[in-house]
Amino acid sequence: MKVEQISIFIENKSGRLAEITRILGEAGINIRALSLADTSDFGILRLIVNDVEKANAVLKEKGFTVSKTEVVAVEVPDQPGGLSTILQALDRDRINVEYMYAFVERCGGNAVIIFRFDETDKAITALSANSFNMLSGERLYSM
Amino acid sequence: MANYFNEEFETLPRAALEALQLKRLQAVVARVYAQVPFYRQSFDAAGIGPEDVKSLADLQRLPFTTKQDMRDSYPYGLFAAPLEEIVRIHASSGTTGKPTVVGYTQQDISTWTELMARSFVAAGAHKGDIIHNAYGYGLFTGGLGAHYGAERLGASVIPISGGNTKRQIMIMQDFGSTVLTCTPSYSLYLAEEAAAEGVDIRSSKLRVGIFGAEPWSEAMRGEIEANLGLDAIDIYGLSEIMGPGVAIECIEAKQGLHIWEDHFIPEIIDPATGQPVAAGEKGELVITTITKQGIPLIRYRTRDITSIDRTPCVCGRTHGRIARLSGRSDDMLIIRGVNVFPSQIESILVRVEGVEPHYLLIVDRKDNLDTLEVQVEVNEEMFSDEIKVLQSLARTIEKEIKDMLGVTSTVKLVEPKTIQRSEGKAQRVRDNRKL
Repeated sequence: MKVEQISIFIENKSGRLAEITRILGEAGINIRALSLADTSDFGILRLIVNDVEKANAVLKEKGFTVSKTEVVAVEVPDQPGGLSTILQALDRDRINVEYMYAFVERCGGNAVIIFRFDETDKAITALSANSFNMLSGERLYSM
Repeated sequence: MANYFNEEFETLPRAALEALQLKRLQAVVARVYAQVPFYRQSFDAAGIGPEDVKSLADLQRLPFTTKQDMRDSYPYGLFAAPLEEIVRIHASSGTTGKPTVVGYTQQDISTWTELMARSFVAAGAHKGDIIHNAYGYGLFTGGLGAHYGAERLGASVIPISGGNTKRQIMIMQDFGSTVLTCTPSYSLYLAEEAAAEGVDIRSSKLRVGIFGAEPWSEAMRGEIEANLGLDAIDIYGLSEIMGPGVAIECIEAKQGLHIWEDHFIPEIIDPATGQPVAAGEKGELVITTITKQGIPLIRYRTRDITSIDRTPCVCGRTHGRIARLSGRSDDMLIIRGVNVFPSQIESILVRVEGVEPHYLLIVDRKDNLDTLEVQVEVNEEMFSDEIKVLQSLARTIEKEIKDMLGVTSTVKLVEPKTIQRSEGKAQRVRDNRKL
């Protein structure tokens, strides 16, 4: 139930995001979800795309530093308290969230939370035990 | 009327000075040939022996000694005196991890002390002065070298060392310091900090500043003299040769630095060919120490670019004057008085990251203090998609640089291929300081 995400190192200067999205667009790659973490000097752009291998290849070819990371996508009802129930379950098992970001499904009323854990397998076990619905990579990429 | 610390030797007529140089040169060459295997081998390889040095011109037939030679014989290989005769050991940064080590016998300390006392007098200091010595004390020769000279002069020395600028300003005022010794950039920083504290340093008792250990310019002299209200004097030295006090400007002329030729023989060579340049031309300064016992150096390549002027000086000293240093024949940077080679930073980066990184050193001067920014291209091996991991990597590199080199830096992570390559080779240094 792991999902592949690609992360790209970018300097904090104008035009870098535009450059990356242009490269992906020209390669026919669709971005499903994204998050940008930044500091005053640099940022890390994290993307869920419909074709991980191709995105990875075209960005590397253009000289970007790219890595693939395993994340977990969890479905939650798009309603108050939805996220809280997941986080409480994780907290009971002392599982750390390195970072997370969310988007809302286009059809169906659910939200999808992308999690990066320090212990991914343990997190998956805990989420399964609590009957949370995790999305497979195939499902997410083609959403 | 000029003042001297040792009038006889400082004003020795050239003929007598050169006769003394030859006598001392012959003695030191015989000594290192007998005592130091490195010199025996290098002289033998060059087909020259101590008995072949019959005139000062014969010096040019002897092989050079380089910083690399000092590193190869780390730590004591070039010492010409047994360790039990060595009373002091100093060190300066080497081109990679290991420092360059120098040892002083009691007589070496005594010589250094006298030359530093001579330098103080040449700069216009005298007995009764209160000397505020803000050079760093420690392995670096600046602090202790100036300290001993000041005591020998009979002045009162305040061993304040570097740092803690607010306290320096208070002590300078309260103790009535009349002479300041530090790096030129630190003097400007002091003046600025004093102004911020509401203190006008120009109305202090400071009369003379003796500045060295980093490159500066005539423009900077003007700025220092205006901002601090003192005579700013340039001093030159390097630990391999002795430390501060190898050469100094006289306050009468402020026109070139008298190099104490009864203890050192300076030559100016073309760094590319090793051949002497025409009289008065610029080139690399090569120094032979002719009285040192602990670690005499024959034809040491200082890598400093200057020229020598042997025309008579208004102060009456007969020792030649080297021009204000105008650069280096290698890639050494001097950052806040600390010698830094790009290769040192590179070896730290390789150690921290385990891969050869592309990097660029950007040196600048902000608010009169040198700054060092180290740009490092982020490659896949070091990349993490977690901000804290990358930030911690940058902090680790900064800490290593501080620990190893004693220089504060800012590490900036940049995208691959953003550091310019020239002719396939990365440009390692951009020095934006306008001196």
